Amino acid sequence: MERIPILKMGSFLLVTIQVDLYDRLALNLESDLINMVSKTGARGVLIDISAVSIVDSFMGRILGNIASMSRIMDAETVVVGMQPAVAITLVELGLTLQGVYTALDVEKGMELLQKKIDLYAPQSEDEEEQSPDDYTD
Amino acid sequence: MDNNNTAQLLQRKKREILESWMNNQLADEALRDDLISNEELRRQSEELLEALLKAISNGNFENVYSSEYEQITDILSDVSVTRARQGFSPRETNMYVLSLKQALTDTLEQERRNQPEVLYREILMVNKLLDNLALTTFETYLKGREEVILRQTDEINEISTPVIRVWDGILALPIIGTLDSSRTQIVMENLLQEIVNTGSSIAILDISGVPAVDSLVAQHLIKTVSATRLMGAECIISGVRAEIAQTIVHLGIDLSNIKTKASLASALQLAFGMLNIEVRKAGNSRSLK
Repeated sequence: MERIPILKMGSFLLVTIQVDLYDRLALNLESDLINMVSKTGARGVLIDISAVSIVDSFMGRILGNIASMSRIMDAETVVVGMQPAVAITLVELGLTLQGVYTALDVEKGMELLQKKIDLYAPQSEDEEEQSPDDYTD
Repeated sequence: MDNNNTAQLLQRKKREILESWMNNQLADEALRDDLISNEELRRQSEELLEALLKAISNGNFENVYSSEYEQITDILSDVSVTRARQGFSPRETNMYVLSLKQALTDTLEQERRNQPEVLYREILMVNKLLDNLALTTFETYLKGREEVILRQTDEINEISTPVIRVWDGILALPIIGTLDSSRTQIVMENLLQEIVNTGSSIAILDISGVPAVDSLVAQHLIKTVSATRLMGAECIISGVRAEIAQTIVHLGIDLSNIKTKASLASALQLAFGMLNIEVRKAGNSRSLK
């Protein structure tokens, strides 16, 4: 069965989605990724979706799920490289991916993860505040 | 066949009909000789009359959707669309067809003076046909006008949403005029595309030019901000005037998760802070990054 490779880079996990996700594949990715987080004790997950041109609500939910699950296991999730059309679709679907950090490209995403993890111990409040509440309906 | 007789009669009288039609048109006070020359008008009229006589030559006075009328519909659409663009009024455009009716009935009246029953039937028939054609003209006229309006709307939309790169990594987007769904869509697309193109991480949405913010507009703003955030950039809303702040609070719209600033200057300052950029007066040291 087709699987999406998960790369380990230091204390981060890197996933690059090169194909359009169908439901089965997304579910596999979710479980693989969480297993990987627990096995390696990764502190951050970086998902690159720059090649994804089609999303649906299911895919949006999977991304949200991955973020929440990783948070429970003490890892932050950053989604990078979202296409404009994808962003508009997700917003129109009402999925604003609360709790998921976003960045423009892999480089900036890595920077963000690094910063999050550095900040985690001393002053976590101000960073945390952006995510938990929802402000749209 | 009676209908064929009528058609032949009209065909014979073509010259007279054209003359009387032209006279009708020229006599009308609403004639726009500033927009169309007499020769041009005569050419158009002759073409249309020719096509009409050809269409009815088989005795079909009823069904304007049949293939015989295709040519005439084409000519009429062409004429009315051009007139719509040239700025003719609906009345002036329709008079073009309706004055032909007058010419036709006049001719029939002269020829059938002694057969009132035939005349009555023929006039009814011609009336119906010409009314149908007039409706077609009006319909295409409206379509032409709508096209003009749509083109203008597109133009306005295009020029009214510029995305400005104010600094390395900072984009500004001044919104002028009311935000409706279609404009929000364009604003959003332009902004997101520009974020990708320039790799900017901060976008400032300036709403000083938005006359009023209601819950729908606020919803659109929130959508734009969320989409920007999904792309991995931050969005600041600036240019919030006192009245707008009041309306937002009175409507119970929650913008607490969105960074808002009163002026573009303060938004820019905030953006500088977020990117660790410092801008100073040149007195102490040059402005540096």
